[in-house]
Formats: sequence, C-alpha cells, structure tokens
Amino acid sequence: MSKADSAAVAGASPQYREWLRRERRGRLAVRATQLALLLVFLVLWEVLPKAHIVNPTLTSYPSALWPTFLELLKATSREASILTHTGSTVLATVLGFTAAMVLGTAIAAALWWWNSLYKVLDPYLVVANAMPKTAFVPIFYIWLGATMSIYGMSLAISLFITILMIYSGFQGIDPNKVKLAQTFGASKGQILMKVVLPGSVPTFIAALKVNAGLSLVGVVVGEFQSASLGLGYLIQYGSQIFKMNIVMTAITVLAVFSSVMYLAISWLEAAVMRRR
Amino acid sequence: MPASATGGAVSPKVELRNVDLRYFGLEGETEALKGISLSVAAGEFVAIIGQSGCGKSTLLSLISGILTPTEGRVLVDGKPVTGPTRKVGYMLQQDYLFEWRTILENAVLGAEIQGANMTKARARAAALLTKYGLGQFLHYLPRQLSGGMRQRVALARTLCTEPDVVLLDEPFSALDSQTRLALADEVTEILRREGKTVILVTHDIGEAISMAERVVVLSRRPGQVKSDHPIRFATPNGHRPAPFAARNAPEFNRYFNTLWQELEVHVEG
Repeated sequence: MSKADSAAVAGASPQYREWLRRERRGRLAVRATQLALLLVFLVLWEVLPKAHIVNPTLTSYPSALWPTFLELLKATSREASILTHTGSTVLATVLGFTAAMVLGTAIAAALWWWNSLYKVLDPYLVVANAMPKTAFVPIFYIWLGATMSIYGMSLAISLFITILMIYSGFQGIDPNKVKLAQTFGASKGQILMKVVLPGSVPTFIAALKVNAGLSLVGVVVGEFQSASLGLGYLIQYGSQIFKMNIVMTAITVLAVFSSVMYLAISWLEAAVMRRR
Repeated sequence: MPASATGGAVSPKVELRNVDLRYFGLEGETEALKGISLSVAAGEFVAIIGQSGCGKSTLLSLISGILTPTEGRVLVDGKPVTGPTRKVGYMLQQDYLFEWRTILENAVLGAEIQGANMTKARARAAALLTKYGLGQFLHYLPRQLSGGMRQRVALARTLCTEPDVVLLDEPFSALDSQTRLALADEVTEILRREGKTVILVTHDIGEAISMAERVVVLSRRPGQVKSDHPIRFATPNGHRPAPFAARNAPEFNRYFNTLWQELEVHVEG
C-alpha cells in the first residue's frame, strides 16, 4: 500500500499528490473511527457498571476480564485451562467447516453432474437449509454422544448453505467456457476439473466466509448441551454459578477467535484473487 | 496426416447433406436449419452470412460435432461426424480465456483436454504466440491483455491442436473496428499460409467478401442456403489481396450490393 504510494509519488503532479494525501487521510479516518468505536464500547462497559448505572453482577466489566483470564489459564483438578477449552472449540469449528466445504463441494458436484438429482432434491435442500438446526441439539446429543454431537452440529448448521452456494456458483459458470472445452472434445469429468471447479474459486471463498461463522455457532450451541469442555461449556458453567466474569471472558475469547478466522480468510482471499 | 491425400477427384473436406436441425422445448419445436447441403473443398475459405438468429452458429456446432443433426448427415473427410475431433478447430465469438490460467496455459487447453504430449504442445503454443507478437506475455494473465491480444491467444489455442478445418464464429465481433480490420488481415494470412480449410460465420458482409473466396448466404430462420457466390478479385500478380486491400478493390462494392440485397436487411427495433 505505502510502497505503491511512494512509487507513484515520484514524478507525480501536485494534483495527484494532493489526491493521494486525501486518499491516505480517508483510510486513516476509517481506521481511527473503528478504533474509537471499540474504545467507546469498552469505556461504557467499564464505567456504567462501576457507577452502578447497570448492575455489575449482570455485565461484569473489561478490567475484571484479564484477572479472570489469568485465573482460568490455570488448570485445576476440577476444571481444564481456558486454553484447553479454546482448543476444543477451535478444533470442532475447523473440523466442522472443513467437512462442510469438502462434503458441500462433493454434493454440489454430484448435483451438477446429475441434473435430475438436483431437480428431485432442490425443495428438500431449501427446506433443510431453512430449518433451525439448533432444534436438533438435544437429538444429536442422544444419537451421537457428547463429542460427536458437537462436530455433527457444527457440520449440520453449515452444510446445506454450503451446498446451495457452491451449486449456484457452478451454475453461474459461463456456459460458453463449457462450450469451448466441448469443442476440444472434453469429457464431463474434464469439464468439471478444468472449467467448473477452477472457475468457482471465488464461490468457495464466499462459502467459506459464511460457513466458518456458522460452524462456530453450531459448536458453541452444541457445547451448551453436552460438553464438559469448550468455550460454550464455559459460558454455560459460568452462568449457572452466576459468575459473569467467566461468561464474559469466554465470550471475549470467542470474539478474538472470530476475528482471527476473519483475518485468515481475508488473507486467503487476497492470495487466491491475486491470480485472477 | 495430409489433408486430402485422395487427390484427383476432389472429395470435399466438409460436407453437409440435407441437414435439418430442430431445437425442442416444452412450447414446441424450433426449426433452426432446414435442408442445408453444402460442401467445402480442402484449403477453401468459405464465409457464411445471414442475419442474426438464422442458425449460422448452429451450423458450425454441427460441423464441430457438438450438436448432432435432427436429420441429414455431416461429413468431414467423407466420414460422418459423431463428436468433436482433432481435425476440426472451433474459434468462438469471444476469446473465453480462463482468467485463472496464464496465456500459455490457456493456449494449451485443447492439447491438454485431448491428452496430447504436453511438452510438444507447450513448445508449439509458445511458438505460435511468439509469432503473433505475444512472446513476452506467455506468463501473463488474460486480464493484463487487450481485446485484440486476447483474440490472438484464442487463435493460438485453436491452432495449437493442429486442426485441418478451422471454424470461425464471428471471431472479431467483440473487438473495436480498428483492431477488427487489422486482425482480419492477420488471421486470414495465417490461415491461408497454413493451408487450413476455413468456414467463417459472420453477419458482416464486408468481412465475408474481404476474407473469403466464397460466400454462402443463409435465409432467415429456418436457415436454408439461399445463394452461393464465388468472390474473385482481379489483381496484377494473380494473388488474392489481403482483406484490408480487398475492401478498396472495385469488385468489392459490386459484391457488397449483391449480397446486401440478398440478405433482405430490414431495420428492426
């Protein structure tokens, strides 16, 4: 960004320099506002409970979170460390959205391959996607047991939207690109491998953005029900013994993890899109 | 594999015998082509003109083997066409380069699909691209190239599989008029020099006359062969002029007027 700026400035007209300066100022203003919003939120969260304008036992406050976090880091005979909880949630989420991507792509490819299969399944897929999957949490617990039910929920909540998104991406491939491959005598498998799949990379990224978030929802909700491990469990446990510090710390860790996922996907998107 | 080793009595390179093509839909049948008979000799450059929707592109799809006729026969080298073959190369209206592949990777697409020797294909594609002035862009991505350059890549992609017959479906329609004229000269020169049999489909009368040695007029839908005109230019050396020069020949206007009348152009919409 700044490299491009300095490269462009060499030998630039004063008007262009002015334009660049205004651009940069605009970018800085956006960042500053974002930071300010976060700060305002944190300050209100700190000040309002301390001034007893809201009940501190209900909301906790940011300055209490760090000590709580340090405390939770230590594993006791009764409780695992918060790192272990986080690791468990992260693992289930990553497994969930990876499985959703792989299965979703495979199923979308099958629907693309056999158009009549798509015609038959279309209404069921739409309804399955619209179903509130969290309604199945207790049933999954009974069917799959404590750990597998969490993985199952993480997959179930993101699978159908992934299938629908990727299939519609396949449909959006320019039919003339397919025709071009056909003029060279391409088989259906070659059309899939050389045209449809590589042409759908932007769709894969878009699907990943959606289902990574959804998988995390599935994991946390699954953990509410069944786990003795994971951030969802920690939230549940904290609220049962009415320790908002624990609940808020776990939620903050979830927010950090979400941000990390967002950054990772943005980075992946930038890396992939540089090629096109 | 010589183009037509039969010699003597010239058997046509491409032949259509009484070809009908109908598209089926729930609302009914649409007749796209009706009773088309046409033969093209090896090394001939034929243009097919007609108004949009008269089935010109359908005709090329039939010859390339992507479509099968509802009735009648399509023959290449005297053998019925049952599907796409290496003998026939098809250049579509736009380049349709894959944006995720480099120029060179795009140019070898056909060879790759046909399972050809990739080392040789890459060398051939690189040689073709270099000949078309794209030598320093081999590892660029399509979006970094202009429309005319992209269409040259598409030509290299078509010729990389070494077809005897080249089908051109309005290959310049997506280009601006200057690029169009320049590229018409270039492409015609390349195809003539390589002795390809060429079938060009276009609605541009000038393009047809200037590039082809024979112009076939198709009627409105359902497309039928309406007339067939040999195009000859009197030149001092007996060689056919390049397309751009042909546009200035006295015969050009005469052919243009004849074909214009045959096309029954009515301004619509």
